[in-house]
Formats: sequence, C-alpha cells, structure tokens
Amino acid sequence: MSATPTTFNDNVVLKPVDNRTLHTALSTRRRPPRPSALDASLTLAWRAMLKIKHVPMQLFDVTMFPIMMTLMFTFLFGGALAGSVGEYLHFLLPGIFVMTVTMISMYTAMALNNDITKGIFDRFRSLPFWRPAVIVGALLGDTVRYTVASVVVIVLGLILGFRPDGGIVGVLLSFVLVLVFAFSLSWIWTMIGLLMKTPESVMMVSSIASFPLSFASNVFVDPSTMPTWLQTIVYLNPITHAVTATRGLMHGTATAEQIITSLISCAVLVAIFAPITMYLYRNKNTH
Amino acid sequence: MQQLVMGIEGSKSQNGGTAASAIEVKNLRKSFGKIEVLKGINFDVERGKLLALLGPNGAGKTTIVRILATLLQPDSGTVRVLGHDVVREADEVRQRVSLTGQFASVDDELSGRENIILVARLLGYSWGEAKTRANELLEAFGLTEAAERLVKNYSGGMRRRLDIAASIVVAPDILFLDEPTSGLDPRSRRQVWDIVRTLLASGTTVLLTTQYLEEADQLADRIVIIDRGAVIADGTIGELKTSLGSGALHIRLRNPEQRPQAEQIVAQTLGVSVLLESDPAALSAKLSDTELAANTLTALTRAGIAVTDFSLGQPSLDEVFLALTGEPIETEQEQTS
Repeated sequence: MSATPTTFNDNVVLKPVDNRTLHTALSTRRRPPRPSALDASLTLAWRAMLKIKHVPMQLFDVTMFPIMMTLMFTFLFGGALAGSVGEYLHFLLPGIFVMTVTMISMYTAMALNNDITKGIFDRFRSLPFWRPAVIVGALLGDTVRYTVASVVVIVLGLILGFRPDGGIVGVLLSFVLVLVFAFSLSWIWTMIGLLMKTPESVMMVSSIASFPLSFASNVFVDPSTMPTWLQTIVYLNPITHAVTATRGLMHGTATAEQIITSLISCAVLVAIFAPITMYLYRNKNTH
Repeated sequence: MQQLVMGIEGSKSQNGGTAASAIEVKNLRKSFGKIEVLKGINFDVERGKLLALLGPNGAGKTTIVRILATLLQPDSGTVRVLGHDVVREADEVRQRVSLTGQFASVDDELSGRENIILVARLLGYSWGEAKTRANELLEAFGLTEAAERLVKNYSGGMRRRLDIAASIVVAPDILFLDEPTSGLDPRSRRQVWDIVRTLLASGTTVLLTTQYLEEADQLADRIVIIDRGAVIADGTIGELKTSLGSGALHIRLRNPEQRPQAEQIVAQTLGVSVLLESDPAALSAKLSDTELAANTLTALTRAGIAVTDFSLGQPSLDEVFLALTGEPIETEQEQTS
C-alpha cells in the first residue's frame, strides 16, 4: 500500500459519475443510531493507526530518539554521576523510558493541529458523535508509537546490561503505567495544539514546555542534591511520580504509595487539562 | 441600491418553521473582532430547491454557510434550519445537514475508501455496513479504481467528488456546498454540476455558494447576491436577468493599446457605460438590444480596430455587480479567519 508519487489525471483514471448508482445511493435515507463513545474513539484510533501504516517512516524518530537519549546519557554521565556506566543505566533506564514517552506524546498535539488547519476538523465537528473521541481516539492510536519506543528502550537497555529485578511482570506493569501517564499528559499538549495556529508553533511551544518538565525531575539524577526550592518543583512535577513508580516496578521495589501517588498525579492532569481542551475544542473557529 | 423584485412573500411563513422553508435566515449578523462580516442577512430556501449564494471573495458567503452548518455562532438574528434553531437545537440541525467546505474536508493521508469508511463509522454504521456504503458511494462517484490510493495523490476533481461522497454517506435533507467548483477545470466542473443535479432530483435541498454566475445560472432555482455582508439582490434567474437587460457584449481586441478608442466607440454605439475587464485587451458592455451588436462591430471595423473575439453572452458576475452596485467587484481575501 505504498504511496504513488504522481497525481492522477482526471481524463485517464476518472470514470464519469454514474447517475443511476448515485440516485440509488441517495435513496436510502436510513440514519444509523449515534455511535457510542467507545465506537467513535476506536474508529478514530483506527484512523491514527492507518496513517502510521501508510507512512511507516513516521516511526523512524520514535525509534531513533530513545536510542540516542539512552546511549548519550549513559555513556556521557554514567561514570561521572554513578561511578560506572552499568550503575547509572540501572538508575537511568526507567527515567528515559518515561521521558521518551513524554516526548512522543507531543505528536498528538501536532496531529490535532494539522486536522484543524485542514478541512477535516470541520467534517468531524459536523458529525453527531461524542466530541472528546477525536482526542481520545488519537491518543489510543498513539499507543502504537509508545509500544515501538518502549520496546526499543527496553531492548537497548537489555543489550547494554540492564537487568530489571521486577522481571517481565514488572516491565509490563511499568509499560501500562507509562501508557496511563502518557494519556494523561497528552491533554496538556492537545490544549497547546488547539491554542496555536500552526503545527510548527505547536512543536516549538511543546518542546519548550517539555524541557523543564523532563529535566526538573528525577529522570537523570536523584533530586536530594538539589536546592530546596528546586526539590519542591521536582516533587510537583508529574514526571517525577511517574518515574518513581516506573523505577519501582522495574526493580521490583514499588510500594503501593508510589503507584497511587503517580496515578493521582495522572488524574490531576486529566482533571485540569481535559476540560480546558474540550472547552477550546468546542469553541474553536477555524479559518 | 434598489433591491430586486422578490417573489418569496407568498412562501414566507408567519410563525417560522413551516413545511415550505428548509432554511430561514432573518437579520443575521456576525462580526469578527471589529470587522462586521454579516450586516443583517435575510433569505429563505424552499425545500427541495437549490439556492445559490453568489458573491465575490470576502462577501461573507462562507461565514453564512458555517453558521447554517452550526460550525459558527451568529451574533444576532434568527437562523432556522428545517424548523430548528441553529444555536439552541444545534444537534438536531447537525443530524439533518451536511457540509462540503471550500477546503476539501477529507483526510489526505488516508485512501479514498478509508475516508468514506471513517465518516460512515462516525455516523454510527457498523464496520460491515460502513464498508458496503463506501463501495456503493465510490462506485457511484466513479472512484472505485482510485479507492485504495491515498487522497493526497488525487486530482482536484477526484478530491471534490470524494468530499461530496463523504457528505452524503447518510443522505442529508440539506447539503451545503461551499464553492464546490472553485479551482476545478471546466470538465470537472460540469461533472460536479451533474452530481448536484442528481442530488436535487433525489429531493435534497441544496445551498451552494459560488463566485460564478454561470454556475448559479446552471443550477439554481433562486439566487441571492451578497456583497460586503449584505444581500444586494434576491430573485429567480429570470428576475435577475430581466433587471440586467438581455445580455452582454464581450469584445477582445488584437491590440490592447486600442482599448480606450474602442471603449469610446462602444459606449457611443450602445449608449451605456463600458466595463474594462482585467484582461487588457478585453471589454464588455450591457446590451439591451441585440441588433445594436452588429452596429458596434461595424463601427469598430470602420475605425480600424481589429477584433479577435466578439460575442454575445450572459452578463458576467462583474456586470451583475456593476449593474447592482455601480462599481466593479472589489476582490478581497475572505475575512472569516
């Protein structure tokens, strides 16, 4: 199903409109019942996955980004920060896992903004389905990206010597937790996606927002050496709680409190940003 | 400027929402910031008929359509679609209408078939029904061969067809077509017209916006002309044409430098003002009596002005505007952003 580079020529390919078939097609005025929220979301997730299927190259940076980050930070800082590369990898990998997914979650906002700048957004808004499905569906569709990136991070980690004490179960549970986190965090990006005028500005603003989010956290270092004010920020950062819980699950040391705290921070994100996003979505005037 | 004769008094309802009117627009106003885009628009559309909103870029056509399709809220005035208020009963309206926007509302990165299935699913069809419906519509629109191709590789004509096909997955009671043929070659344009005629024949009410009088002439039962956010004419084709005289004379000169001279001769012979077109070698004039056309040609030949094209035609939108407003169309960018 590869894309052909050439544009069709109407005179060669296009058959005339068949008036009789068209008339028949129009004669059925049956209107199906409204789709359920789940149906609409799954359909839009299907759409997001089709795009990956048609242009698999999109997965290239999803693959490259975590490889670069893991290799760079492990070998650059490993010795200096933790005494040895192996020690640091043990600490860093769960953090890189969360950070990679954080970065990838910005795609949703780009895709949403793309829909708005093109006409398809109008089509969606004029159809009678559950409106958050546009965003929920896109987020579900992005699971493909998260899965690819997660597999890359874990496999690379294993090659480099990462041995999670939590075993397969721990790693799988941490994957589920990271998916929940990405889904929750995405509402910030979709809000930005609706506020900005072009996909480029969405990328810019999201990147600027994501840097302090990623670095002012416990992804790379233990915050205990930081000044108190920064420790407060780190503690308020939802990424910190996601990383703590992920680390615990992968190493088999997770406490119920760590997991609950991270889930609560996810719930807070959704509670704040989902209503704002949906408000903006409903009131968005295009063109 | 005088309003053209209107014949809608008879069909106009007293209490709104009667069986006769599919769309009723009363004193519709809309501003974007400080710019007043719609300055009190009034018109009605009868069920099963086609009304053309005719006007230049920036006249407010797209804004009207977007309000009718519930994508934009009016500032004031009442807008009822099939008896339902577009603000208070937006969902009711949304279930009965369909919009094909000026910018194709299809997904470039999906195939034609996937686009239709997507819309069908979002309307509530099961996967199986959605596929059947997609096949049916692709066949009807002559797109079966191109069904698996990504839409970004479609030509303008194909994209338009797909867009209209997506709009009638559930046959709507009213279809809004916002400049359905802009940017299409003449052949694709005629094909879109055929589609619109079939839609009308099946009982769909159509509201179409266009910049081309010819298009309105071909399809519309009634034409509303919009200029700078106001209705400047509302009537049937016949009424509009009568008001503009029998037609227009189009002349194209071999040598553009002779245009001022030609302008003078034409003006003298016909006794009307002459419109200089954007083509530097072309001019046109309103014609009340076709016999005068022959005299004009003779006069031009006598003056030694070579004519490459000399034709009698319908008044162009330029001429309609000239006649109605006393000034040529002032083209500006759509201000609905």
